[in-house]
Amino acid sequence: MAKIVVDVMLKPEILDPQGSAVSAALPRLGFTFAKSVRQGKRFEIEVDGQPSPAQLAEVEKAAEKLLANPVIETFVVRVEN
Amino acid sequence: MALDTVAVATASPESTQPFAELGLKADEYARIKEILGRRPTSSELAMYSVMWSEHCSYKSSKVHLKQFGDKAVKTDALLVGIGENAGVVDVGQGYAVTFKIESHNHPSFVEPYQGAATGVGGIVRDILTMGARPIAVMDPLRFGPADAADTRRVLPGIIAGVGGYGNCLGLPNIGGEVVFDETYLGNPLVNALCIGVMKHSDIKLAKAAGAGNLVVLYGAKTGGDGIGGVSVLASETFESTGPAKRPAVQVGDPFVEKVLIECSLEIFAADLVVGIQDLGGAGLSCATSELASGGSGGMRVELDRVPLRDASLSPEEILMSESQERMCAIVEPKNIDKFLEICKKWDVTVTVIGEVTDGDRLEITWHGELIVDVPPRTVAHEGPVYNRPFAKPEYVDSVNAEVIDVALPSTAAEIKAAVLKLAGAPNLADKSWVTAQYDRYVQGNTIQSQPDDSGMVRIDEKTHLGVAVATDANANWSYLNPYEGAKLALAEAARNIATAGAKPLAVTNCLNFGSPEDPGVMWQFAESVRGLADGCLEMGLPVTGGNVSFYNQTGAVAILPTPVIGVLGVIDDVRTRTPMSFDKAGLELYLLGETENDIAGSEWAYLHGQRGGKSPIADLQREMRLIDLLVAGRTEKIFVAAHDLSQGGLSATLTEMVLRHNVGATITLENVGQALISETPGRVVVAVENAQALQELASKHSIVLTKIGVTGGDALKINDASISLTELYKAHTETFPKLFG
Amino acid sequence: MKVGVVTFPGTLDDRDAARAVDAAGATSVALWHKEADLKGVDAVILPGGFSYGDYLRCGAISRFAPVMEKIIDAANGGMPVLGICNGFQVLCEAHLLPGALTRNHELHFLCHDQRLVIENTSTAWTSSFTKGQEVVIPLKNGEGSFQCDDPTLAMLESEGRIIARYVGENPNGSRNLIAGITNERGNVVGLMPHPEHAINPLTGPTADGLGFFTSVLKAMVK
Repeated sequence: MAKIVVDVMLKPEILDPQGSAVSAALPRLGFTFAKSVRQGKRFEIEVDGQPSPAQLAEVEKAAEKLLANPVIETFVVRVEN
Repeated sequence: MALDTVAVATASPESTQPFAELGLKADEYARIKEILGRRPTSSELAMYSVMWSEHCSYKSSKVHLKQFGDKAVKTDALLVGIGENAGVVDVGQGYAVTFKIESHNHPSFVEPYQGAATGVGGIVRDILTMGARPIAVMDPLRFGPADAADTRRVLPGIIAGVGGYGNCLGLPNIGGEVVFDETYLGNPLVNALCIGVMKHSDIKLAKAAGAGNLVVLYGAKTGGDGIGGVSVLASETFESTGPAKRPAVQVGDPFVEKVLIECSLEIFAADLVVGIQDLGGAGLSCATSELASGGSGGMRVELDRVPLRDASLSPEEILMSESQERMCAIVEPKNIDKFLEICKKWDVTVTVIGEVTDGDRLEITWHGELIVDVPPRTVAHEGPVYNRPFAKPEYVDSVNAEVIDVALPSTAAEIKAAVLKLAGAPNLADKSWVTAQYDRYVQGNTIQSQPDDSGMVRIDEKTHLGVAVATDANANWSYLNPYEGAKLALAEAARNIATAGAKPLAVTNCLNFGSPEDPGVMWQFAESVRGLADGCLEMGLPVTGGNVSFYNQTGAVAILPTPVIGVLGVIDDVRTRTPMSFDKAGLELYLLGETENDIAGSEWAYLHGQRGGKSPIADLQREMRLIDLLVAGRTEKIFVAAHDLSQGGLSATLTEMVLRHNVGATITLENVGQALISETPGRVVVAVENAQALQELASKHSIVLTKIGVTGGDALKINDASISLTELYKAHTETFPKLFG
Repeated sequence: MKVGVVTFPGTLDDRDAARAVDAAGATSVALWHKEADLKGVDAVILPGGFSYGDYLRCGAISRFAPVMEKIIDAANGGMPVLGICNGFQVLCEAHLLPGALTRNHELHFLCHDQRLVIENTSTAWTSSFTKGQEVVIPLKNGEGSFQCDDPTLAMLESEGRIIARYVGENPNGSRNLIAGITNERGNVVGLMPHPEHAINPLTGPTADGLGFFTSVLKAMVK
């Protein structure tokens, strides 16, 4: 069994008010390390066995079609064990 | 750990059980053993402990709440009274309206968003379960001081939760309250009200009748939400992970509830249920025992058939789970296929979990083994009844003897400063920051919403029949005199219904108090209930149901007694309602009712750090005459506008009226300080074109009438003071954004 | 004249849209998301709400409903389609309209009476208005910020495909104050504010919204 992770983020030019809100809240709590914060989504997909390149291509297609909105989002697919 | 079945319990009477950790007293545990003739199984113990808790059994309040029934006015309008999930009143034209208010205080302190959200979800399900389509919600909310850190922690989450859940359900928020007071720091009050409408023939009750009828669970799957303390039992069955894994907070999903509403209404329209109950506090324990109690008394449930989100849940946990968005219906076998079909259409999980039986026991099995075998009424209705001691606390006489010593405005500068100060006070300031987070338009029938005196919705698009609802409480007055305080809150809510020209019809209530174990608090409660019951009898308004929330306190300090009273009224034609304010110049402004020296308990006194004195004494006969006057004035089209006076007195009322449509007013007052600041009850400001007609109306109803001014201009002028509408608007509207961003 | 109004699980303003259609003089027809059948309607409305609870993204799941296949075909064939709020989100997700709707810039759900200026009166849904007409219509959403890349924005502007803009302060962070857009052909319109809640001053701020629904009657007569 393997876990495929799809990370989805808003494209850099798209306004991310949630990320901005987090970035503004951190220093209020005493955390000053962040220059900026952007918020995204993570999908964890369990599959049987180790995924083949063909299967990963399928996941890419699914990410393109459903998990992300390519108009405003980008995504990265990777396998986690 | 072996399953604790009835057989095991019978064979091991000496087993020690954690009844105290579950909140049961020794004598209550003994009583359970007496009822069953043996020790309870752990599942039965869990059921009794939750159903006999204060929240579910009303054990401290029952003896007092009885008065609502004993002193109830006889009225044909009441179709379903206290005891069911919500009260139902006849509003004419074959329509019945159900409404109720409930609290979700403690969960909202712990998890503001979900606490408030699930509070809304719960009350909406109570309305749905009566067979009605929910049509509106309201949210009376109370917080600690506006600038306190903990208020900034809870308020935004609570508002977001109320909006997030209600908006997603498609329910317009038509009103509410936001009140700040030190007393609620650490104990925010989140009361949620819901209204539903149906035809008389649609009314559904919570009863399981007819042996052989099926017990059907539908809605969300069951998880470990809200089981909190019951984990004590579960921990004995757990191997690797401990009870810390079990969330004490319920998490809601409004989308699931929206689908549940549509699915249920289709089921009701097809007349497929014999009885129905929603799963709220105490989940399945409550639903099964109440349904069984409501019917002939016999029910058998196979608990292992309950669809689970979390397969590791023990039977005790399943029984206690407060997973949201679940309903339990009793369905005749001939109707089950159609029932399942409708659920499938809406993709709602549905499972037959049992059946109604001939006997009088509630039996629950787990994979064939009997783990619960109880007389259901003993669980659901025959819980302990406490006669808690109550005694007038010492503070009352000394506080009542205090003399209020605040300067009242008299010069032009003082008048202006006072009006601006009140306009911007957090309790009186513009609440758009809050209400803009709520959808008030959905369903397309909202006639009035915040900041009007009452929320009003149209219920028939052809005849324009409508209903109005208002909620009110005055903890300052209840603190000074709980008996009068409750009566005054009732009068105020009823008056708020009447200013638009609707006729008050029925009452609900949410009684928020400290610990019932404190005789002083218990006295406040007893007096408040007595006042409300007496008031309702005198005003001819039945109490249809309500909610009690005890233990609102931090350490030994209880909140000020806060009985929230909700009044429902009816109006034959919403198009003829009297609006709250005027949008043209040249109208005459009159004050209905007399003003006396009622500074004690006022917002002005509070802002000056004074909370003592005597509360006003309610004059319900006069209030009723005023209500009749307002309703008649609407019918006879005498009023252009009408707005009631409450916290903030005449100053607040005038501020709200001139800012509503940006039309000023020129006001002349004698004894201006008292006139502006006093909070004498039973007063309304009206704008009219025909003063003669108003004078006749007032004379006919024996209500004192005083001309106070005329509308027009771009300022609020009071004697020599002049406050531009721009300046007034700024003071009134900048408070909330400044506080909460 | 029949106008279909689609109901997805979680749709909220379908009955209100139907009321507006009937008030405008057409006949509303309820369309269920699972049925790939437009029942012979002359136009379709995707109403507001929280279809599928806004799971994943607003409108992301609804766009794959069986009824949507038929609607996409019909729209490509010229049938007038109006997406209101959540409906607008579905149209963008389905690529019948460009761009996307994202979270309001101030993060709160916002319900208020919004001033709009109608800029394009050649579409199937806006012909009852006059160019430059100002109207007041309720805006109520949490995800109403219209976003798209620069080339798309330039195209929308130069082709006059922005049908309505917010007047005054930007309520949600939408690029260029965009409140509504149309496709190339002018038959598909997406609008964030809710015209179905402004058909009668009794229950809304104005009756300005009725114009959207009367426009489509004219489009169908042609």
